Amino acid sequence: MTGYFEDYITVAVFAAFGALLVAVSVGASALLRPKNPSATKSQTYECGIDPVGGGWSQTHVRYYIFALLFLIFDVEAVFIFPWAIQLEALGMFALVEMIVFIVILLAGLVYAVRKGVLEWES
Amino acid sequence: MTAVLEAIFGNAFWSAVVKTVVVFAILMVNTLFLVWFERRVVAFMQNRIGPNRAGPMGLLQTLADGIKLFFKEQITPRKVELGMYLAAPVAAMIPAFLIFMVIPFGEPITIGNTVVTLQGADLNVGLLFILAMSSLAVYSIVLAGWASGSKYPLLGGVRATAQMISYEAAMGLALVPVVLFASIQIADGSVGVGTMSLSRLVELQQGSFRGFIPGWFVFWLLPSFIIFMIAAVAETNRAPFDLVEAESEIVGGYHTEYSGIRFAFFFLAEYINMFNVSAIAVTVFLGGWLGPDFGLPSGIAWAMPIMWFLLKTYALLFIFVWLRATLPRMRYDQLMTLGWKRLIPAGLAWLILFTLVQAFRSFGAPWS
Repeated sequence: MTGYFEDYITVAVFAAFGALLVAVSVGASALLRPKNPSATKSQTYECGIDPVGGGWSQTHVRYYIFALLFLIFDVEAVFIFPWAIQLEALGMFALVEMIVFIVILLAGLVYAVRKGVLEWES
Repeated sequence: MTAVLEAIFGNAFWSAVVKTVVVFAILMVNTLFLVWFERRVVAFMQNRIGPNRAGPMGLLQTLADGIKLFFKEQITPRKVELGMYLAAPVAAMIPAFLIFMVIPFGEPITIGNTVVTLQGADLNVGLLFILAMSSLAVYSIVLAGWASGSKYPLLGGVRATAQMISYEAAMGLALVPVVLFASIQIADGSVGVGTMSLSRLVELQQGSFRGFIPGWFVFWLLPSFIIFMIAAVAETNRAPFDLVEAESEIVGGYHTEYSGIRFAFFFLAEYINMFNVSAIAVTVFLGGWLGPDFGLPSGIAWAMPIMWFLLKTYALLFIFVWLRATLPRMRYDQLMTLGWKRLIPAGLAWLILFTLVQAFRSFGAPWS
C-alpha cells in the first residue's frame, strides 16, 4: 500500500515541479522583456486589417455530434480495459458478454453512418 | 559515493525529487535536440541545409531560439479572457511532462542493495494514466483558442475538439489488444491477471522466438501498432493532420494570439508530446529498452538499454518528420472519415478477431 502511494508522490512532485518551472520562466521573462503596449498593437490579429465584428462566432453543430459519439466510445474504454486485464480469470462468460457489447456498439456506429450523421457535406 | 546514492534512493521523498530533476533534464535536452533534428531532416528532404550556424552543426539553434523568445515582448490583445489565456500554456505543458514520467527509459540499475528504476513512477495503471493525460491535452488547445477572443484561434480550437477526441477513441481501442495479450502471457505461469504497468509490459517482451526474432508485441499486434501510430500522429496535431494550426488556412490556429515565452510553451509541448507518443509506441510495441548489450563490460553495459530506447524512439520520430515532409494536409471531412469510418471500425474488428484467437488459445475450441 505504501508503495502505491509512493508512486503518486512522485507524480505530485513532478506536476508541481512542472508548474513551478513554467511559472518561474514566465515570471522571469516578465521582469526582463521590454513592455511597450499600444492601442494598435493590442488589436486582435486579422491579417493586418482592423478586426471586423466580434472574436467569437457560432460553430457548426457537427462538432458537437462527434463529441457525443466520442463519449460512447470513451465509456466503452472504461469497461473494456478492466475486462482485458481479467479475461483469463473470468473465462468464457466474460468473453461472450464483451463480444455482444462490442457488436452493439458497432451496430450503433453503423446506424450513425447510415443516418448520415458522419457526413461532413450536407 | 555508492552509500550516498543508496541513502537517497532508499528514501521515498528524496528519490522522487532526484528522479524528477533527472527526468526533467533528460526531457528538456531531448526536446531541444528533437526540434533541431526535425528542422535538419526536413531541410535535407527538401534539398536545403537547415540550421547549421549556432553551435556545432547548428545543435544549439533551439536554445538560441528559446532565449530569443524569452526576451521578446509579449503582446496581450485587448479581447482576451485573461485568466484562461494565461492558463492555457501551463495546461499544455503539465500533461506532456506527466506522460513522459511513467515511461521506463532504461533497465533498472542496482546500487548496493537498492534497485533504482529508470522511470519517474511505475504506476500500475500506466496505460490508463497515459490515455487520461493525453485527454487533458485537448483542453489547453480549446482554452487557448477560445480565450484569445479572435477568429482564427477559435477555428483552430473548434477543429481540435472534434479531431483530438475522435483519434483518442481509436488510440484507446488500439491499446486494448496489448493489455489482453499481456494478460494471456502472464497467465502461462500464474493466475491470469493482466497488467497495465509499462515496466511489466516491457519485461513481458523479453526473450525471442526461433532464436532471432525478438519477442516484441508488434509481431503479434501489427494492426494495433498501425492504428496506434496513425492515431498518434493525429493526436499530436502533426502533418498531415495539422488542421488545428494549419498556417495556410487559419494563420497559426490556436496560438495565433500568443507571443514570446507563452508561444514557446505551446511549441515545446507539441514536441514533448511527439516524443511521448513515440516513446509509448516503443515501450508497448517495440520492446522498450530491450536490446542486446554485446557483452560489454558492466561499466558501459548499463547505458545500453537507454541507447536502445532512444534509438528506437528516434526511428519512430524520423517517420513523423518524414510524413511531414511528404504528405499534404488532409481536408477536415477526410480527417473525420478516416477516423470514424476507417480507424474505429478497424480497431473494433481487430479487437474482436484478436480476442477470439486468444480465447481459442487459452480456453480451447468451443466444440471440444
